[in-house]
This record gives sequence, structure tokens and C-alpha cells, in this order.
Amino acid sequence: MPNNRRLIDVVLAPLAGLGMLVAIYMVFMYVPSDKVQGVVQRIFYFHVPLAIMTFLAFGVVAVASGMFLWRGTRFWDRLAHSAAEVGMLFCTLVLITGPIWAKPIWGTWWTWDARLTTTLILWLIYAAYLMMRTVSGPGDQGARYAAILGIVGAVDIPIINRSVYWWRTIHPAVLITREGGSGLADPRMQATLGICFLAFFLLFAWLVWVRNENARLHDAVEELRQHVLMGHGDLQA
Amino acid sequence: MLALIRKDMQIEFRTKETLASLLLLGLLTLVVLSFAFDPASELRTEAAPGALWVAVIFAGVLGLNRSFLAERENECLQGLLLCPVDRGTIYLAKTVGNFVFMMVAQVFIVPIFVFFFNLPMTVGMGGVFLSLALGVLGFAAVGTLFAAVAVRTRAREVMLPLLLLPLVVPIFIAGVKVTGRMLAGKPLADVAPWLNLMLGFDVIFLVVGWLVFEYAVEE
Repeated sequence: MPNNRRLIDVVLAPLAGLGMLVAIYMVFMYVPSDKVQGVVQRIFYFHVPLAIMTFLAFGVVAVASGMFLWRGTRFWDRLAHSAAEVGMLFCTLVLITGPIWAKPIWGTWWTWDARLTTTLILWLIYAAYLMMRTVSGPGDQGARYAAILGIVGAVDIPIINRSVYWWRTIHPAVLITREGGSGLADPRMQATLGICFLAFFLLFAWLVWVRNENARLHDAVEELRQHVLMGHGDLQA
Repeated sequence: MLALIRKDMQIEFRTKETLASLLLLGLLTLVVLSFAFDPASELRTEAAPGALWVAVIFAGVLGLNRSFLAERENECLQGLLLCPVDRGTIYLAKTVGNFVFMMVAQVFIVPIFVFFFNLPMTVGMGGVFLSLALGVLGFAAVGTLFAAVAVRTRAREVMLPLLLLPLVVPIFIAGVKVTGRMLAGKPLADVAPWLNLMLGFDVIFLVVGWLVFEYAVEE
């Protein structure tokens, strides 16, 4: 098992790094600018993969949470925690890159469009999720509580999406422009988007992996500490 | 389960603490929100449904926080858990209790709301109460689960609204929509999708809460 771990470190990290470099090169040098939107449109190649990876991350959180409540093994809890943290980072980046694009194109930083609103609420739910982990009691308690929120949050997201969608479509939206409405006609655009997806997926996988390793070592240290303390009960006071 | 509900009712009936605080907070929220909108402005009627629901949610969070605080004192929760009933049953009993408290509070808050916002007294009240009942049920379903969780964290007063508010966004949006339409004198069929959404939310989260509650109270 330790050999496998080293292998992942040696392979995944350079792959993710290389992927990101290629992605950056393609976004800035290779792909042509969008005819209508101009150079701003290039942020799209980061924004969309980030958004998809955010959803993937929170999907992982939900599945790992369910598995943790079912099986109760630390592995699933660590995975849920790691994916939630990385997902939070990606979600934040989505919420930053989105407005940067929206200001010149839509003329406003923010609009209460269904996707934007859902993403924002998603961010709030997982902010509470991470907060919950820091304020919970010792042992498995925090992990269990977080898992409950991980599941309830995932069940809630489709309902939230439906409600904000109806909310804005009943009142006609001021801005009807659809994201990426120009379509990626140029094959170079499609290639760039594909590479960006791959690069961000690798980055996501690697970050979750590193964070997960960190959590595993943390658990191991904690276990050792308990072990030592048990062995020398007189030191404990 | 009926015994569990009766226990909560009796405690409440004797002290009237939760109900009094629910009512006062709801009233205060309405008053404060009244300052937010110019009494002479047309916007006021537009903002009225939102104000009602903010009052419902704020008062609700307070009431939910209280519902498990009382159990915590004197280790009552321990006693409850020792009862030979399913954890899911305890959850349902608690949810029903919270639902009833909040609905009783609504019976007083809605007339005050009509009074402050100068609304017609008869138009659409049935629909308003229907939306309140569905909304409060969903709110209680999610809220009871997370109140049990939040009460045992360190920052319990802060944690509950942090957890709860983003999760009940659908209830809030649907509630504001239905209330607005009803007050405008629209027929109930006009808001059927919203009512269905709330009903779906209620059913889903009652089931989820019933299933995972045991993990929330486990030591």
C-alpha cells in the first residue's frame, strides 16, 4: 500500500501540473478569441470545468457521507471532508470567475439567475458544512453531523434549483443571455475546453488525494497519541 | 409517539415560554421590517409577503433552538433515548411538536401582519394559511433534525441558522410567492406548482429526517 501511495504522488502530481500548464497555454495562446464576446470569453475555459468539478466534489461528499453513516469507517469520513474542502475552493473560484465574465458581457456582476443562485446557495451550505466540522464535539460526532448535512444538502440541491428556476422565470429576467450562447463553433475551442476539463479533473483528484493523505496522517498521529497516553496514564493529568 | 407529543405540549402549556418568545420575536421582526419600508410607498404591499416569511423563519429558528435545549437540561434527552421506541418516532414527535408551536404562533402573527401592512382582511387567507402550514411543516422537518445536531455543537445558537437557512430556501421562495399571489386575490390553482414543491419538500425531508435522526442523537 505505501508503494501505491508513492506511485500516486509521483504520477498524479506531475500529470496535474502538466495538464494545468497545457491548459493555460491553450487558453491564452492557442484558442482564438470569441467573435462576439472577445477576449473575455477565454475565462469560460476555466469557469465551466471548475463548476463541473464543484458538482463532482459535492457529489463525492454526498456519496462518502452516506457510506460513512452506513459503514462507519474513517476512510469515508476523510474522503467526504477532503472533497468538501476542495469543492469549496472550486466553488469559490466559480463564483469569482463568473462575475469577471458577467460584468463586461451582461453589464452586471451578478444576476439572480437560477444557476448563479443555486451555486451561491451551494456555497453557503458547504460553508456551513465545513464550519460544522470545526465546532462539533470530539470523536466521531462531528463526522456524523457533517455526514447528515452532506446527505441533506445533496437531496436539497435539486429542489433549490427547481425553486430558484421558477422564481426567476415567472418574473421575466432582465438579462436573457445564455451562458456560452455563442456555441463553441471552432474545433480549437472544443479541444481547449476538453483539455481544460481534463486538467481540472486531474487537479481536483490530486488536491483531494493530498488533502486525504493529510487527514489520514492526522488520524494516525491522533491514534498514536491516544495509544501513548493510555500506556502512561500517569502523564495524562 | 402520542405520549411524546403530549409531553412537549404539556411542558409548553405550563410554561408558555416557547410560544411567548416565538410570538414576540415574530412581532418584533414585523415591526423592524415595517421601518425598512416607507409606510407611504407602494413597495410596501410588494414587500409584505417577504416580511411575513422573514418573521416566520426568524421566530422558527428561535423556537427550534429551544426545543432541544429543554431536553439537554437535566439529561432529558438521555431519558428519551432510553424509551423503548424507534429514534425515528422521537424525531416525528419532535417535528409535530415544533410544527404545532409554530402554527399556533402564526395564528397570532398573521392578524398582526395584516394590521401593520394594511392588507385586506379576508382576501386569500385560506391560501396564506395553507402555504404557512406546508412551509412550516417543511421548516420543522429540516429544523428538528438540525436542531438536534446544533444543540450539541459548541456554537449552537449560531450553528442552527447557518445550517438551516440555505437548506430552506425553496420553502422561503415558494412561501413568499404563494402568499403574494393569495393576497393579490388570485385563485389557488394559480400557485399549484409552488404548493406541490412545498409538499414534495415536506415529504422528502420528513423521510430523510426520520431515517438519519438516529445518527444525530447517537452518543
